[in-house]
Amino acid sequence: MPAVEETVERVREIDVDKYKYGFSTDIESIKAPKGLSEDIVRFISAKKGEPQWLLDWRLEAYRRWLTMSEPEWANVHYPKIDFQELYYYAAPKSMDKPKSLDEVDPELLATYEKLGIPLSEQKVLAGVEGAELGTARPGVAVDAVFDSVSVITTFQKELEKAGVIFCSISEAVKTHPELVKKYLGSVVPTSDNYYATLNSAVFSDGSFVYIPEGVRCPMELSTYFRINEKQTGQFERTLIIADKGAYVSYLEGCTAPMRDENQLHAAVVELVALDDAEIKYSTVQNWYPGNSEGQGGVYNFVTKRGDCRGKNSKISWTQVETGSAITWKYPSCILRGDGSRGEFYSVAISNGYQQIDSGTKMIHLGKNTSSRIISKGISAGHSNNTYRGLVSAHRKASNARNFTACDSLLIGDQCGAHTVPYLEAKNSTAVFEHEATTSKISDDQLFYCMQRGLSEEEAIALIVNGFVRDVLQHLPMEFMAETQRLIGISLEGSVG
Amino acid sequence: MLEIKNLHARIEEKEILKGLDLTIPTGEVHAIMGPNGSGKSTLAYVLAGNENYEVTEGSVKWNGEEILDMEPDERAATGVFLAFQYPMEIPGVATMTFLRTAVNAVRKARGMEEYSTPEFMKVVREKANELQINPEMLKRPLNVGFSGGEKKRNEILQMSLLEPSLCVLDETDSGLDIDALRIVAEGVNALRSEKRSMLVITHYQRLLNYIVPDRVHVMADGKVVRSGDADLALELEETGYAEFGGKAA
Repeated sequence: MPAVEETVERVREIDVDKYKYGFSTDIESIKAPKGLSEDIVRFISAKKGEPQWLLDWRLEAYRRWLTMSEPEWANVHYPKIDFQELYYYAAPKSMDKPKSLDEVDPELLATYEKLGIPLSEQKVLAGVEGAELGTARPGVAVDAVFDSVSVITTFQKELEKAGVIFCSISEAVKTHPELVKKYLGSVVPTSDNYYATLNSAVFSDGSFVYIPEGVRCPMELSTYFRINEKQTGQFERTLIIADKGAYVSYLEGCTAPMRDENQLHAAVVELVALDDAEIKYSTVQNWYPGNSEGQGGVYNFVTKRGDCRGKNSKISWTQVETGSAITWKYPSCILRGDGSRGEFYSVAISNGYQQIDSGTKMIHLGKNTSSRIISKGISAGHSNNTYRGLVSAHRKASNARNFTACDSLLIGDQCGAHTVPYLEAKNSTAVFEHEATTSKISDDQLFYCMQRGLSEEEAIALIVNGFVRDVLQHLPMEFMAETQRLIGISLEGSVG
Repeated sequence: MLEIKNLHARIEEKEILKGLDLTIPTGEVHAIMGPNGSGKSTLAYVLAGNENYEVTEGSVKWNGEEILDMEPDERAATGVFLAFQYPMEIPGVATMTFLRTAVNAVRKARGMEEYSTPEFMKVVREKANELQINPEMLKRPLNVGFSGGEKKRNEILQMSLLEPSLCVLDETDSGLDIDALRIVAEGVNALRSEKRSMLVITHYQRLLNYIVPDRVHVMADGKVVRSGDADLALELEETGYAEFGGKAA
C-alpha cells in the first residue's frame, strides 16, 4: 500500500509539533479596528460596498447576538473568548479587487502554491491537452479565501459557459443580488445559534455557487480557506444552490499558521437542493491543532446545514477532521422534499490535546425520506472525541428511514471517545437503526502486523486506514490519497 | 540453526518458561507436543517477540545471532515467521493489500527490490492456487469472517510469500477438518527445504501423520522433558500426557 509507506516517510520527515502548513505570509494588510460593535459591522459592510438590505440584515443579527450566550452543552472546555480582543476584518492591502490573476499579489500566489493549491489555470491545465470542459474534468476550480477576502476564483469563464455561477459571496451580492437575497439565511437563519448569528453580523467572504436547472457542474468546485493574520477571526459564509435536476461536487480545505494564541473560525455553510438536485460537499479540515502541550490552535465553531428543499433531492456531507484545537460542528440535512436523502460520512481524528464535538442532524420532514450516517472517530494522545447526532422524524414524515453507525477507535489509554445519539420519531412508520462500537487498536493486532514485517508506525497507519475505509471511499479521488497521508501524519507520536 | 538455551519467560508475575533448551539444525522439522498449559504457545510468542512476555533469562540464537533484543518486525526481516493459532482480524484492510504491504516491507528490510503490483499479483495467484485459496478471499478484509480453514490457509500463504528461514507453527491443526488439514499440511511440506528450519507445535499427533518431523520434543511445565524421533509422537498418542503431569485431553 504505497499510501501507507508515504505516510510513514512523511511522518519521519517532520518532527513532533511541526505542522506542515504552519508558515505565515508576511503581507501588509488592512484591518478593522480591534473589537466588535455596530460600527465594526458598518465598517465591514462599507468595505464591501454592500446594499442597505444587507447592512440591515447584519445589524439585526448583531443586535440579536448581543442577547445570546455562548452554548455550553458541548463536551469541550476552553477559556472564555474575549470577543473584543479580536479583529473582525483583515484583507491584504493589495486586495482592492484585482480583476485577473496577473494583478494578484505574487506573495499570495506563492502562499497558495506552497499550500499545494496552484491558482494559475495554466498550471492546473498543464498536461490536459485539448481537453474539453465537461469531458476530461481538467482540474478543479478554486475560490481562494485569505483571511477575510476572496483572493481569486479560477475557471470562472469556463464555468459561465455551463451557466454555473462560482464566485466570492461579496461579488455575488453585487452581480446576483436576487439569488443572494432569496437564499441567504434561508437554511441557517440569522437567529440560529450563537456563532451563526455572530457570523451573520460580521461575515467577510466565502464562496457562492449557483448551478442552474438541469446542469451537471462540469468540474469539481472548491474553496481553500487560509487564516493568516494574528488575532483575527475568520467568518466566512458559503452558499450553494443546486436548481432542479442540477448536480455539484464541492470540496473545502483549510489551514492556518502556527500561532501561540487561539484563532477563531466561525463559518456558516448553507446548501439548497431543489427538486431532483444533488449536492456533494466534502471537507478536509486541517486547521492548526495547537502544539503538543495544547497551546494555540484554531477554535472551529462552524454551522453547516443543507436543505433538501425539493422532492427527490440529495445532500451528502463527507468530512475528514484532523485539525483545530476545538471542533464544534454538525453538518446537517433538512429532508423537506418528499423522497429526499441525506448522508453524513465523517472521519474525526484527535491527537495531542485536541477536543472534537461533532456529528450531524438529520431532520426528516417529507414523506419517504432517508438518511445515512457513518461516523468514525479516532482518538489518540490526551484528546477527547465526541460524536453527537440527532435523527428526528416529523409527524408527517411517513416512512422515514435512518441508518447510523458510529465507530470509535482508541489509541493509547489517555484519550476519550464518547457517543451521544438523540433519536426522535413522531411518526410510527419511522425506522431508525443505530449501531455503535468502540474498539482499541489491540496489542495483538499490532503484534500480528509487526510479525509480518511492518514497523509499529506502518501497522498503525494500516489499521487506521482500514478503520476509516468506508468513509474515505466517499471522498473525491483527488482527496483520497492526500487524506490517507494526512491520517498518518495526524497520528504521529500517538504511540510509544 | 536455532539454539535456545536456558530460556525463562513470564507473563505478568507468572513464570511460564522455566529453563527451556532446544536446538533445531538448519533444514530440520521439529515438533513440540505437550499438555495444555505446558508453555508451548508461550514459546512461539517469545520466539516472535511478543512484548506481553518478559524474558528473564537465557538466550535464543538464530544462525548465531541473538534475536531476543530485536523488535518483532526486525525478527521477521531476519526470517522468523509465526503461523498464529488465532490469526488477527483487521477490518477494512483487504487481504491482498495486507499481503503486499508485508511482503514489500520484508523485502525492503532484506535489501531486495519491492514487487510492483502486477508482479506481486502474479506471485500471489500462483501460491494461492497451490493452497486452494479462492482469489475472491484475497479481496475480503484480512481474516474478517474467514472460516477456521480459510484463516489457517491464509497463514500458510503468508508463510510462503514471506520466504522465512525459521517457521514456527502454533497449533496450526486446531479447528481444521480433515480436508483442510491435508491442504495445510501439503502447503507446509512444500516449504520444507534444507535451508529452512521448522518448529511445529501441536497438542495432537494427528498433524504429524501429515507433517512428519525429524525430531519430537515433549514439553511440560515450561521445559523440554523428553526428546525422540517421530515414533515418540505415536507413543504419546497411546499413553497420553499423564506421566508429564497433564490431564487427559
